[in-house]
Amino acid sequence: MSALAARRRTLPGFGLTMGLTLSWLSVIILIPLAGLFLRSLELSPEQFWNILSSRRTLNALRVSFGLAFAAACVNLVMGSIIVWALVRYRFPGRRIFDAIVDVPFALPTAVAGVALTALFAEKGWLGAPLAALGLKVAFTPVGIFVAMIFIGIPFVVRTVQPVLQDLDPEIEEAAGSLGASRWQTIVRVILPSLAPALLTGLALAFARAVGEYGSVIFIAGNLPNVSEIAPLLIVIRLSEFRYADATAIAVVMLVVSFVIIFAVNRLQRWAQSRIPAR
Amino acid sequence: MTIEVKNLVKKFGSFAALDGVDLKVNDGELLALLGPSGSGKTTLLRIIAGLDWPDSGEVTFNGEDALAQGARERHVGFVFQHYALFRHMTVFENVAFGLRVQPRAVRKDEAAIRSRVKELLDLVQLDWLADRYPSQLSGGQRQRIALARALAIEPRILLLDEPFGALDAKVRKELRKWLRSLHHEIHVTSIFVTHDQEEALEVANRVVVMDKGRIEQIGSPDDVYDNPATAFVHGFIGESIVLPIQIGDGAIRLGDRQLDLAADGLAPGASRLFVRRHDMLVGPPGSGAFEGAVQHVRNFGPVQRAEVALSGGETIEIDAPRDKELRAGDTIGLNPRRYRIFAG
Repeated sequence: MSALAARRRTLPGFGLTMGLTLSWLSVIILIPLAGLFLRSLELSPEQFWNILSSRRTLNALRVSFGLAFAAACVNLVMGSIIVWALVRYRFPGRRIFDAIVDVPFALPTAVAGVALTALFAEKGWLGAPLAALGLKVAFTPVGIFVAMIFIGIPFVVRTVQPVLQDLDPEIEEAAGSLGASRWQTIVRVILPSLAPALLTGLALAFARAVGEYGSVIFIAGNLPNVSEIAPLLIVIRLSEFRYADATAIAVVMLVVSFVIIFAVNRLQRWAQSRIPAR
Repeated sequence: MTIEVKNLVKKFGSFAALDGVDLKVNDGELLALLGPSGSGKTTLLRIIAGLDWPDSGEVTFNGEDALAQGARERHVGFVFQHYALFRHMTVFENVAFGLRVQPRAVRKDEAAIRSRVKELLDLVQLDWLADRYPSQLSGGQRQRIALARALAIEPRILLLDEPFGALDAKVRKELRKWLRSLHHEIHVTSIFVTHDQEEALEVANRVVVMDKGRIEQIGSPDDVYDNPATAFVHGFIGESIVLPIQIGDGAIRLGDRQLDLAADGLAPGASRLFVRRHDMLVGPPGSGAFEGAVQHVRNFGPVQRAEVALSGGETIEIDAPRDKELRAGDTIGLNPRRYRIFAG
C-alpha cells in the first residue's frame, strides 16, 4: 500500500478507535486482572499451595465448577427445546414466554435468590412437595444447582435463537424428502448446524454460573465443604482480612475459567470451520 | 411413473392457492409448470412432493394414492430454488445423505455408497468438488449438487422448484440445456416450476400454464406459444400487443376507426385483440388494418423496435426486420399477419 493510499482510507478513524479500544480494555479488564496476579505473588509457592490444597478451598472450587457445569448442561438441553418452540411454532402467549426468558438477565440476583429460597424452602410452594418426596432443595447443593440453572437459561436461548431463526426450514424438508426420519433430521442436520451456537451458549451459561454469587448464597445454606461456593469463600477470606488467601482462590478461578472458556472457544471454532459462512 | 392430480384445492386463509386443478403427467416426460408468482405452481409441486397437503382432491402415482404417504415414503427427488444443501457437510456427504439415512435393512455398505456418489458426481460433472463445502461453490455448482443429491435415492419422480431462479442469466442458460440433456439420459418423470417462459419453452416437453390457482392451458411449447387458449396465456407467453376493441354490426372497431379485419363468429361487445410484436407487418400508409405514426425507433438485437402511435389513440411497440426502412415521423400502415381476439 502506498503512503497515499494509507492516508486516504475509505473508513477513517482506525487509529482513534483502536487506541480507545486498547486503553479501555486495559483499564477495565487487563489491569485489574494483572493486579490480582501481582497480589497473589506476595504468597510463596508453598503458601499458595497450602491455601489451595486445603479441604475447604478444594470443596468450594468443586462445588462451584461442578455444579456450574451440570447446570450449564441442563440449560443446554432445556434451552434448545425452548428455542425450538419459540422459533418454530406460533402459539398464543409466545411473545410473553419469549420475554420471560430475559427475566433472569434483568432481575437483581439477590431478588432472584430470595425468591428461589422462598419457593424451595421446606415450607415453600415447591419446597414442601419436594420435601415430602425426600428431596431437600433449599440450603443444599441442589439449591445451588437450581439457582445456577435459573440465571444461565437466557444465555443459551439468546445465543441459539438467532441461529435457528436463520436456519432455513427447507433443509429439513430436503432431509425429509431424501428419506430421513424426524430423528435423523434432528441429529444429522439440525444439531450439527446449531453446534457452534450451542457451544457458545453452553460456555456463556457456564461462565455465568461459575461467577454467580447473589442468587446462590441465599439458597445455598453455605455449609463449608458442602454447599459453599468459591466466590463466597473469597468474600469470607476478605472479611477475615486474609487478602492473600482470597486472591489465591481468585487466581485459580480465573485460570480454570479461562482454560475452560478457551477450550470451548476452540471447539466452537472447529465446529464453525465446518460450517463456513454462506 | 405417471402422476395424476384430480380437483386439487388448497387455501391459505381466504387465498386459494389451488382452485380445482386437474393434471396428468405421463411417464418419463419433462413437464414445466409455468405461471406468475402466486399462481399456485409451487404449491402444486410441494403437494406432489408431500411437503404440503391439499384441502381436498387426489394425487396418485401410477394409480396408487400418494396422499396416504408422507414426503419420506413417496420416494420423490426435490430440488429447491435456494439449493437447501447441508452447510456442515461436504459435497460428497450431501450427495450421500439420502443413502446413509436409509433403514439399516436396505442400506448399502460404505463401498457401494462411495461408488454411487462418485457416479452421481460424474453425472453432474462435479466429481472434483467432492471434498468442498457448499459455501465454497458457485450457485450453478450448488444447484447441480442439489440435483445429484436428489437423484441419489433413485427417485420415482424428480421435482424442481424454480431450479435456476437464483442464478445469473448466463449460468441459467447453460443449466437449462444441461437439464434437458440430463433428462434425456436418465428419463425420470420430472416436473419443474418456473416463472420464466423462455425456460419453460426451451426445456420442457409439455408446458402447463397456471394463473390464480387454475390451469389456463396445457400443451407443447409450440402449442402454448402459437395457439394460446386464453387472453392470460397470450399475454404471459411472448410479448403481446393488446388493443381494446369493440365488436358489433359485423365489424371490429378500435376507437372510432373500423378495422379491416373479419368479425365472423365473434360475440358482440368489448373485446381485446392480441398480436405478437413481430406479427405486425409494416406497409405503406393505408395498406393495412391499422395506421399510425412512428414515434421513435431503436435497434434491438436482430430486430428494430418501433413505437407507433395508432390513429385510434393507442401507442404500441412493434418489432420489424432491421432491413425495413423506418424513421421517426413516418406514417405507416400495419397489418397483423396473425392475431387472436378474446372477449372481455
